[in-house]
Amino acid sequence: MLRLRNLTCGYGRTPVVHGVDLEVGADEVVAVMGHNGAGKTTLLRAVVGLIPVMSGSIELDGEAVNRRPANKRVKAGMAYVPQGQQCFAHLTAGENLRLVADGRKSGKALIDAQLDLFPALRPLLGRQAGLLSGGQRQQLAIARALITEPRLLILDEPTEGIQPNVVAEIESTIVDLAGRGGLSVLLVEQHLGFALQAASRFAVLRSGRVASTGGTGAGAVERVREAMAI
Amino acid sequence: MDLLVGQLFTGLSTGSILLLAALGLSLTFGQMGVINMAHGEFIMAGCYTAYVTQQVVGDAGVSLLIALPVGFLVGGAMGLVLEWLLVRHLYQRPLDTLLVTFGVGLVLQQVARDVFGAPAVNVTVPEFLRGGVDLLGTAVPKTRLFILALAVVAVTVVALVLRFTAAGRRIRAVVGNRDLAETAGISSRAVDAGTFFIGSGLAGVAGVALTLIGSTSPTTGQSYLVDAFLVVVAGGMGRIKGAVVAAVALGTFQAVFETYSTASLAKVGVFVVIVVFLQLRPQGLFTLRTRSLA
Ligand SMILES: Nc1ncnc2c1ncn2[C@@H]1O[C@H](COP(=O)(O)OP(=O)(O)OP(=O)(O)O)[C@@H](O)[C@H]1O
Ligand SMILES: [Mg+2]
Repeated sequence: MLRLRNLTCGYGRTPVVHGVDLEVGADEVVAVMGHNGAGKTTLLRAVVGLIPVMSGSIELDGEAVNRRPANKRVKAGMAYVPQGQQCFAHLTAGENLRLVADGRKSGKALIDAQLDLFPALRPLLGRQAGLLSGGQRQQLAIARALITEPRLLILDEPTEGIQPNVVAEIESTIVDLAGRGGLSVLLVEQHLGFALQAASRFAVLRSGRVASTGGTGAGAVERVREAMAI
Repeated sequence: MDLLVGQLFTGLSTGSILLLAALGLSLTFGQMGVINMAHGEFIMAGCYTAYVTQQVVGDAGVSLLIALPVGFLVGGAMGLVLEWLLVRHLYQRPLDTLLVTFGVGLVLQQVARDVFGAPAVNVTVPEFLRGGVDLLGTAVPKTRLFILALAVVAVTVVALVLRFTAAGRRIRAVVGNRDLAETAGISSRAVDAGTFFIGSGLAGVAGVALTLIGSTSPTTGQSYLVDAFLVVVAGGMGRIKGAVVAAVALGTFQAVFETYSTASLAKVGVFVVIVVFLQLRPQGLFTLRTRSLA
């Protein structure tokens, strides 16, 4: 599905992520962990096309997508839920969804399917998205991403800064989605328990380099802890 | 009483002219943040479109109806070319944009001088817009009523498009958060180009309308530019509602000041009012309320 080869990227001329190799297979969930500032978000931004690749390559289904603009990568099957519950604040929640559904054949049905997944959003559709709570905005952001019918869902700390009961809801939704088949997930997550439960493999980033990778089976917790400790 | 009604109407009329000139700018400047100094020359291009159309068609009424959409296309096409050639390379550099588009404006004025000559040309007002109608005892020129109606229609259409269409949603999304829009599958390049096309096209429409109340020269557009920017800034960047209120308020101020002094003093008065107003309320009349900045 997704393969990063020796990927280096950053801001301006300064590399932040150095020579990362990472693969997400079909229907696989891969968790990326690391301390604040390790370069997790930077890595994802390069993958989805918001910052340029300095060297190395990003391949989607064996095809290099390095030079494609972000909106084309969405059409190729990538969907991105950025860190910080981002939404189009001046649009209503409903418009946030319709915006993405516009021009799709089964747009209405796609929106409906997401509202079944996040029923809490239904009564909020007419409200300006910037006025929603953090948890509501995160659900909206995931719903918006799913409307593009992705084959690869890229999530940046989906549970960060959200109250525990909503976190549990979002976590179980992500696990469900991944279990349905037809969807691979690249998950950046600080919360170790959830990351290792949802993913089959993990990678730990330290100062922009992969410090450790492996399966999430027995002993993974210790390996991740060890890799994160400096 | 007569004087008051007369002044109110003059204000409304001046306001509607300002609004027509500023409406396109509220998209390109207000929404996209591009300081397009050549916007006035797009208005001028609309004026000459009306002139040329009349030379070709002959009948003043028919040519006006043809010139309005053609003016939109002419202004829009010029905007599209400007955006593609220059503006898109300068999106994060407002000062460069200002200088470059100012230069483009001067070039366009010179082109107009070469093609149409420096002296002003006139467009014949169609029969059905000649004379005036009696409104509460005041004779109101029909041309001014026509411009008022055109401004109302143009503003309504723009507001409805922004609010209720897929294209409008995309424009608002890209303006709100460009990166997020891209990752939602929206081509921000296409949206930028489209927005610039519409904004510049509206300048062309304004130009066509302005030929009904004045003559056209290569510098016609320039004289509306500063007022148009003022309307957009005072109204609150990108707020159509704000632009409407600001245009009418400025028009009325100007009309009232003019009654008690001269036109140029009135202009000074309007400037002072705006400067004071922006000191008190730098964000303009209307702002968007949100919880997050994203
Ligand atoms: N726009 C930017 N311009 C320059 N440097 C940046 C920019 N954004 C992030 N950085 C730097 O890149 C490094 C990695 O940041 P990044 O956001 O990728 O970290 P992260 O692993 O996602 O951290 P967190 O867990 O806090 O989200 C940091 O040192 C940060 O200061
Ligand atoms: Mg991050």
